[in-house]
Amino acid sequence: MPAGAEVDVVVIGGGATGAGVLRDLAMRGLSATLVERGDFASGTSGRYHGLLHSGARYVESDPISARHCIEENAVLRRIAPGTIEPTGGYFVATPDDPDDYLDRFPAACAKAGIETEPVPLDELFRAEPLLSREIRAAYRVPDAALEPWELVDGTLNSAREHGATAHRYRAVIGFERDADGSVAAVMTRDTRTGEEETIACRAVVSAAGAWAGQIAELAGARLTMSPGKGSMLIFNRRFSTAVINRLAPPGDGDILVPVHTVCILGTTDITGEDPDDAVVTEEEISALLADGERLVPGISGARVLRAYAGSRPLYDADEVSGAASHDESREISRAHHVIDHGARDGVGGLWSIVGGKLTTYRLMARDVTDAVAAALGNDAPCRTADEPLPEPAGHSPYWLGDRLAAIEAEGGGDADLVCECELVTRQRLADALDRRADSSLDDLRRTTRLGMGPCQGAFCMPRAAAMLDARRADGRLHPAAPDANVALRSFAAERLRGTRPIAWGDQLTELFLTAGIFRGTLGTDALPEHTGGDDAAS
Amino acid sequence: MTFHDAAARDFPAFSTDACIKCNVCNTVCPVSRVTDEFPGPKYVGPQAQRFRGPGEGSDAPDHSVDLCSGCGICTRACPAGVLIAETNNRARAGIVEERGSSLRNRLISDTDLLIRLGTPVAPLANIGLKNRLARWFGEKTLGVHRRGPLAPFSRRTFRAWWKREKRPTALEAGSDPSRTVVYFHGCAVNGFEPDLGRDAVEILERNGLTVIVPPQECCGLPFISNGLYPRAREKARRNLESLAQYARAGYRIVGTSTSCTHALKAEYREMLDLADDDATAVADATWDICELLVDLHDRGELDTGFAPIAESIPYHPPCQLKSHGIGLPAMDLFALVPGLRAVDSDHDCCGAAGTYGLKAERWQIAQDVGAPLFAKVRAAKAAGASRAACDSETCRWQIEQSSGVPTVHPVSILAESYRRADEAASEPRRRLV
Repeated sequence: MPAGAEVDVVVIGGGATGAGVLRDLAMRGLSATLVERGDFASGTSGRYHGLLHSGARYVESDPISARHCIEENAVLRRIAPGTIEPTGGYFVATPDDPDDYLDRFPAACAKAGIETEPVPLDELFRAEPLLSREIRAAYRVPDAALEPWELVDGTLNSAREHGATAHRYRAVIGFERDADGSVAAVMTRDTRTGEEETIACRAVVSAAGAWAGQIAELAGARLTMSPGKGSMLIFNRRFSTAVINRLAPPGDGDILVPVHTVCILGTTDITGEDPDDAVVTEEEISALLADGERLVPGISGARVLRAYAGSRPLYDADEVSGAASHDESREISRAHHVIDHGARDGVGGLWSIVGGKLTTYRLMARDVTDAVAAALGNDAPCRTADEPLPEPAGHSPYWLGDRLAAIEAEGGGDADLVCECELVTRQRLADALDRRADSSLDDLRRTTRLGMGPCQGAFCMPRAAAMLDARRADGRLHPAAPDANVALRSFAAERLRGTRPIAWGDQLTELFLTAGIFRGTLGTDALPEHTGGDDAAS
Repeated sequence: MTFHDAAARDFPAFSTDACIKCNVCNTVCPVSRVTDEFPGPKYVGPQAQRFRGPGEGSDAPDHSVDLCSGCGICTRACPAGVLIAETNNRARAGIVEERGSSLRNRLISDTDLLIRLGTPVAPLANIGLKNRLARWFGEKTLGVHRRGPLAPFSRRTFRAWWKREKRPTALEAGSDPSRTVVYFHGCAVNGFEPDLGRDAVEILERNGLTVIVPPQECCGLPFISNGLYPRAREKARRNLESLAQYARAGYRIVGTSTSCTHALKAEYREMLDLADDDATAVADATWDICELLVDLHDRGELDTGFAPIAESIPYHPPCQLKSHGIGLPAMDLFALVPGLRAVDSDHDCCGAAGTYGLKAERWQIAQDVGAPLFAKVRAAKAAGASRAACDSETCRWQIEQSSGVPTVHPVSILAESYRRADEAASEPRRRLV
């Protein structure tokens, strides 16, 4: 967008919520642009457990969230089936889970509109043979796995089809405000080139999630976020075919989600951590594994690929800040809130959307867009629940074997694989680069799963870097795209960051091999480092 | 979890977790060396494994794993201890369970049935096996390659001979576990190579061991190789039922096929999940015959009165033997025969891999895998060798058929040497036959 150009609305934050807001605005005929300081879906949206909630997890602790979840669960299956693997889910009661909760659960689900069905244990163990035989009751719920990067990508593509624009690696550095205090423009800086640009606008929606407090402060508004750090472990392969939840009030290590080739065990909840410094601690890992053992005995001996943490965009509705203790943070509602900073702080034209869940991203977008559109005199109805996302997000649901089946269908024998672990072909990577010529290796990872398997990039990174370099030579690479050497070194650093907390056993062996290849054979220590930019959220 | 104990993990079938993606398996695979159709053990093993599981109408979205011959070289080479070949075999079993198996595969796996049908009409059946028109017809209708290595049926089975000779099928009173062994002859000796069985018994008895042959069936390996696990388990269970009592009582089970003995030692547990006490007892009690003879020699109990055989013989240690992890005991024994010079083929795989080399669609691959071996064997013949040696039957048949050089089990050479010694002493021992 040329400097000084005017749009109706600037959306800050390229996670699911921001993308959803952009889409909703555009579908209502408002001109809108989105800025994201990192890659799209590289913050909280890309760092969640991969679950399309049925809502059953919150039926007691947060019935509003539960109802939102089940409603949006149905909507997403309709508009974005290609981002969903319909795994189904179970709530299972271990001997440690309270009887009274088990007794109340079906009725509470029914009240929230969530269909549950008791599952005989022999049927459960046939379907999920690795589950603990100490499990004493199980209910089936409409959980599923939800692919966040495809969802955000599809949502942004839909927004673009309706005339909106979205820019990644564009950080907000300030606001211009009118004499009456309302925002008039958003000042941004390209995190890779340093180029600054001011976007004049009539309204701003902050969908910055855990970072929304920082954005509000830049605009002179007040917003106390209470980010809840949630840490998760990624295992080398699936232990279950369906989502497994503990039949208990939400706690640590109580959910196992099969996501593509891996499964994710989550989630801790620690209040008040800096979202830019969400480090997974040894205590969290121990707690997750100990609790995971109750679901899948032996899980702590299995191969862990990575640990990562996301920052929940929790907002204390009553501004009860400092809910410091671990247990209190889960009491803060996961339901979302629209904050009109004009009414509350005298900063007109600025709205924040906080709280909520990835599952409810469309609903959150609708609610804040309703407010903004009304203020701008737009009365077009929200249509985001009716129109499916464009291909491939709008395509049929995916399943675990998709990629293998596709490669095998073409013969299988000499597939040209760049990433062997996740079966990323040279063609798939080339398509991703064609689509976004300014991508770093880490950006390519999010849309292709490059380097997300057991070797964590040890073998595919050099191949992919060579592709980037060949494209640079051909002039097919965007000027802002990092140099291949820089890309290689920063990707290695990023992958290592997530592996360090779980450096034991098989993955430690892999790390030594990786270090041997990179430092010993390729001499990456001597390569230029990533300069400029902000990859804290990546 | 240490570096080398991946195979010992109790978390089921998760040895693939230990894969470090190093590609060593791909560099040693004899099949992917000769064909682009097979993407290599890493792809079909630890990689594909992560994509298998309940899905849209298919638990097994792949087919190229079926190109794996099951030679097991990848498993042996893996520095991380991943049971790659075993993973592939299980995947094939999954495909068979999901999509069924061909009549051809069910038939060529059922060796006991073939022997029951073929032995009574052996002369006729053998004419058929040699008849080019019949073999062409077999290829077109069944998919058994017309030049696939098939051994002729014996006119009488080893078991029938044993019965006729009224030899022991159970322990006699006062048996000594250190002086009595159980012979697991396998289906090949029973139906195709009874002379090998007689050679083995002759050698064992010559060295002071009483040999008993209790009821037994095919070890089930052909079923395993073809992914027909339920049938393989039937065979395995009946064999375990018959053999476990001897194993528990301290008797050794000795076999002349390194494939069958490896099935008893490893596949029953690693592929068929028969990991009970019987399976463990039998696995621990099972010996390859050359392994046993070397053990006797180490104890100073082997009759080393071998007569000279002045010949240089090419010897091919089969893949299955290498999977035993017992070295090359046949080479140690050959060294005891004066004048005999055995030359290690120094080639990984003959290509046959049990029934793999028989299949019309795999025959060429099997030939290409074994081609350097066949050339070496032919060269040895040109240099004066009268035969080649190899410990597993289907490998022998493959080498013999593809090189045109007769190929025998190492113990047949030892038996011959013993007989020559007896003849030279001019007081020939009573021959068993």
